[in-house]
Amino acid sequence: MTAGAGAAAAAGGGAALVVSIAGVTKRFGEGDVAVSALEGIDLGISSGEFVSLIGPSGCGKSTLLRLIGDLTSPTNGKVLVNGKPARRARLDRDYGMVFQAPVLMDWRTVARNIELPLEVMGHSRAARTARSADLLKLVELEGFATRHPWQLSGGMQQRVAIARALAFDPALLLMDEPFGALDEMTRERMNLELMNIWTRTKTTVVFVTHSIPEAVFLSTRVVVMSARPGRITRIVDVDLPQPRTADTREDERYFELVTTVREALRGNEDRSASAAARVRAEGLA
Amino acid sequence: MSTLRRRSAAWLPPLVVFVAVIVLWEVSFLALEVKSFLIPRPTVIFTALGAEWPTLARGIVYTGTEAIVGLAFGVALGTIAGLATARWATARQTLVPLGTAMSTIPIIAFAPITINWFGFESQLPRITIVALMTFFPVMVNTVRGLTNVDPAAIELMASYAAPDGTVLRKVRIPNALPYWFTALRIAVTLSVIGAVVGEFFGGPLYSLGIYVTNQTGSFKYPNAWAAIIMACLLGIGLYLLAALAERIVMPWQRRADSAAGE
Repeated sequence: MTAGAGAAAAAGGGAALVVSIAGVTKRFGEGDVAVSALEGIDLGISSGEFVSLIGPSGCGKSTLLRLIGDLTSPTNGKVLVNGKPARRARLDRDYGMVFQAPVLMDWRTVARNIELPLEVMGHSRAARTARSADLLKLVELEGFATRHPWQLSGGMQQRVAIARALAFDPALLLMDEPFGALDEMTRERMNLELMNIWTRTKTTVVFVTHSIPEAVFLSTRVVVMSARPGRITRIVDVDLPQPRTADTREDERYFELVTTVREALRGNEDRSASAAARVRAEGLA
Repeated sequence: MSTLRRRSAAWLPPLVVFVAVIVLWEVSFLALEVKSFLIPRPTVIFTALGAEWPTLARGIVYTGTEAIVGLAFGVALGTIAGLATARWATARQTLVPLGTAMSTIPIIAFAPITINWFGFESQLPRITIVALMTFFPVMVNTVRGLTNVDPAAIELMASYAAPDGTVLRKVRIPNALPYWFTALRIAVTLSVIGAVVGEFFGGPLYSLGIYVTNQTGSFKYPNAWAAIIMACLLGIGLYLLAALAERIVMPWQRRADSAAGE
């Protein structure tokens, strides 16, 4: 209970907590060979927020996302989604997931890929087709319903994956570097489109990235993490006006925030560099 | 129109090569006076084929039946074993070594034993042999197709809280189809070989395997060649049926074709 309160405090109180993480550690392996991926993580995410997790490779940001989705379990601590244990939330289909790869089924058309979660959840055919038609419009892929995934570009495939994640209207969207494989131009366009979708659907988003501009442009809060062991070093509130547009990227405040996040990440580096130097010095002494 | 042209473009080169080989075979063997007991000329084989057609036709039906029925059993059992193996760890521990052991049985040595089981009159010895030969590739490929799935696809289904049966139907089985059809293509060619070789150890006079043995024994080489070519055509026919079934069941597999065409 105190842990929940702590997480609520971290989120700044107010709106209902969609995600609440308290005292979470995650270790892979056991005994001497155990690797600590996450250490002492506390984080609360309120309804309607767009939170990015950013950090160097190996900082456990993807692991943290997978903990929220109950695709892996914490070694210690608690993960609550919509006030329920993460496993319960997954079984209740409380979140939609988008991976770095689109993970579309080649044997299904674009529309039937979007309908996959609805099929699993036993929605009627009529409801499914109506829903996929709406979503195709949302991600601006009308006219591609009967195509197969391999006939689409990488950016279009990822839009299908986003539509599929939104198909059953989850309150929470988990995105693991969804635009990591795209070129910079496509990525910027996808960022804009994601902002449009987020503005319209009011979904809470947890977004893993290692692009600083992307994190600042999209988020209401940026969670900066450091590696070995993975921990949260700083949380940057992004007070840029909504809705975000192409002009946002030219806003002076945008550049300031990009610098703030960059320095927060560099601070990690300096700290680990000095830690390494200290270890060396101790080794010599 | 363009697809028609593309398709004919794909068919034309092998056809031209085939005809050229036949013509070259005929002309060069005639010019070099190659003896017919070594390799007869195409026209000689074709004449023999015409003369022996009633017997050969019975042989094709007889041997073909053995191949197809044996194939059906082998493929069905291989698929079931593959599904069980992929589903249950205990099945994996018992069936995979068993299947591997079965696949190492020397079929030639096994054929007389099957005749001992079922008798000379029966087609069951060859059906058993064909089923044994085709079982293994189908089982191994089915297991691979069911288990060699993108881990992210499994996580995606986990995020929908999909039960195992649903994951099997919506991800694993469609994923296994290309592997399964590859196995079917292998099994189809094995089936005709298994049936003909099995007949070397017993069968009616008109069965393709016995016919080839007898005709060679009485120096009627063109007849033997005609029977060998019929066995080939039987294999090719079954192979084309398997390829056609693959196209019908998995239309999305044209990806490679369409990507190459673009």
